[in-house]
Amino acid sequence: MSALPFHRRNDVRLAWRYLIALILVIIFCFPVYWLFIISFKTPDEIFAFPPVWYPASIQFSNYKVLFKDGDALTVGNSLVLASVSTFVAMILGTLAAYSLVRFKTGGENLAVWIISQRMMPPVAIVFPLFLLYVWLGWVDSYFGLILLYTAFSLPYVIWMMRGYIEDIPLELEESALIDGCSRWEVLWKVVLPMARSGLFATAVFTFIFAWNDFLFALVLTRTEVTTYTVQVTHYFGGQSNFWAKIAAMSVLGTIPVFFTVAVMQRYLVRGISMGAVKG
Amino acid sequence: MSDLKITGLHKHYGAFHAVKGIDLDVPSGEFTVLVGPSGCGKSTLLRTIAGLEDSSEGKIEIGGKDVTWARPRDRDIAMVFQNYALYPYLNVKDNVAFGLRARKFAEPEVEKRVARAAEMLGIGHLLKRFPRELSGGQRQRVAIGRAIVRDAILYLFDEPLSNLDAQLRDDMRVEIKRLHQELGRTMIYVTHDQIEAMTLADRIVLLRDGVIEQVGPPLDLFERPQTRFVAGFLGSPKMNFIPATLTETGVKLSDGLTLELPGRRGLKAGEAVILGLRPQYISMAGTNTAPGHARVPVTIELVQPTGSRVQATMPMGGTSIIAELSAHDVSRPGEKTEIDIDMTRAIIIDPQTDKVL
Repeated sequence: MSALPFHRRNDVRLAWRYLIALILVIIFCFPVYWLFIISFKTPDEIFAFPPVWYPASIQFSNYKVLFKDGDALTVGNSLVLASVSTFVAMILGTLAAYSLVRFKTGGENLAVWIISQRMMPPVAIVFPLFLLYVWLGWVDSYFGLILLYTAFSLPYVIWMMRGYIEDIPLELEESALIDGCSRWEVLWKVVLPMARSGLFATAVFTFIFAWNDFLFALVLTRTEVTTYTVQVTHYFGGQSNFWAKIAAMSVLGTIPVFFTVAVMQRYLVRGISMGAVKG
Repeated sequence: MSDLKITGLHKHYGAFHAVKGIDLDVPSGEFTVLVGPSGCGKSTLLRTIAGLEDSSEGKIEIGGKDVTWARPRDRDIAMVFQNYALYPYLNVKDNVAFGLRARKFAEPEVEKRVARAAEMLGIGHLLKRFPRELSGGQRQRVAIGRAIVRDAILYLFDEPLSNLDAQLRDDMRVEIKRLHQELGRTMIYVTHDQIEAMTLADRIVLLRDGVIEQVGPPLDLFERPQTRFVAGFLGSPKMNFIPATLTETGVKLSDGLTLELPGRRGLKAGEAVILGLRPQYISMAGTNTAPGHARVPVTIELVQPTGSRVQATMPMGGTSIIAELSAHDVSRPGEKTEIDIDMTRAIIIDPQTDKVL
């Protein structure tokens, strides 16, 4: 090793790093690739041994079945539930966070009380909730699940937005108040633009939480508002598993999140690191 | 007419009494500087005037209207903050226009006013830039532009120059003074820097521990301080304080030196006092001694040149005093010389009450 000149030694080291990085990327990406590729395979190819690493021809029959049977609509249900609950939680949560930060609502401890709600295991309350929802007639309704997702996202939204709002210099708001803005205008013209990255980052995570929820959807839905996560489990049968459908359905469920994150990536990185700098 | 009238203002923060009964009257068009050491309540007073803090007690009138409980936006004021408070997501033009748009001015009027303010402050070429692309001085100009673009009754400045480096601070001070002369508006300016206070103010309000120590034109406070604190706070280098005992017509220092106080009769001989001498009123002794001046032999201890002047430290009356002399009057420590003290400018202070006698 010592015989190599300095810059050559650096080149070797760099090559090693790239090689290791490449191996890691393959390990991490392979399951995703496998999921996608199964969704395009014929049943024969799925069960072939040795495995078919890539199908001879891409065919969409697995997807066609999902759309024909209406199963694909469950992705729409997930989309409605996650979007609406995120939207509502962001509005309520941001207002609550602003109030906590600027008006010291609830003193020093309210914020901790709020976030502590998040620490409760959802499974602990899902059955009481089920009974309550049955009694109220909210089972299998958009309203019921949106309400639940909103309630569960709120602590997270409040906690995150509280941090972002605390980072906004008070003078910016005071200046706006003197310049002729009301509190609502300050919120709209100063706080929201200042917290924009954090707002988007929080919204994306809130969306993903609701999107990926399985437990509540499983217990509280039947046929009308089944989400895609629940729908996927319907393909696990007692006798056999419908791998093609499972894969295709999972891909349909992945795409919206994939696009959301891709579009918001710029804000996500900034939003997460914003939170990272200050507790 | 007075643009600002404060009566019996108090401000408590829990157990802390920040402002303790302030009465203040600011006439139209005047440049008033609130000055004092940190924690004296000057910023709290300004923020209470702005309505950013509620007053605990007392009354505030702006332009003849009682605004004690009015919201900041209903007080007809504009304010410049220490940290500029520019909106990073708006360019300079939108920053300056912010207040006008918040008050629903028509867009052509906004354009006109922004252009005029920009021209006044020399920031016309920066209008399309964002705050992060500006230097500290430029940012402060924009912040000032945002205030003067509106027709407020009262313009408040909260230590606007303290984030700038020394050179820039001098330039901006001139700028602000010029602006005040051009606009003729009522301005209230908070600073802890006594030089800023002296140079800018039509009238200084010197605060200490939440009360007004003395109010008046800068020279008045400089030459006729009413308390030891005022005497020591204004002026650089600081006033010299020397413990002394009164005689019939003057004072006697602990080293036996007696100094006459011209124009003073019937002093209570034997009483302990503090003699206050400004470094500026001490000079090198010439061939003649003017009436009311005292000639004193001294040994120079320390020499600090400041350019055209030199600050010389010398022992006197059991303590060290500083004299501000001409640059070439003294050059090295250890030098024995004679100084001329203008005793007509000397003050004597009661050490019990710290009041100037």
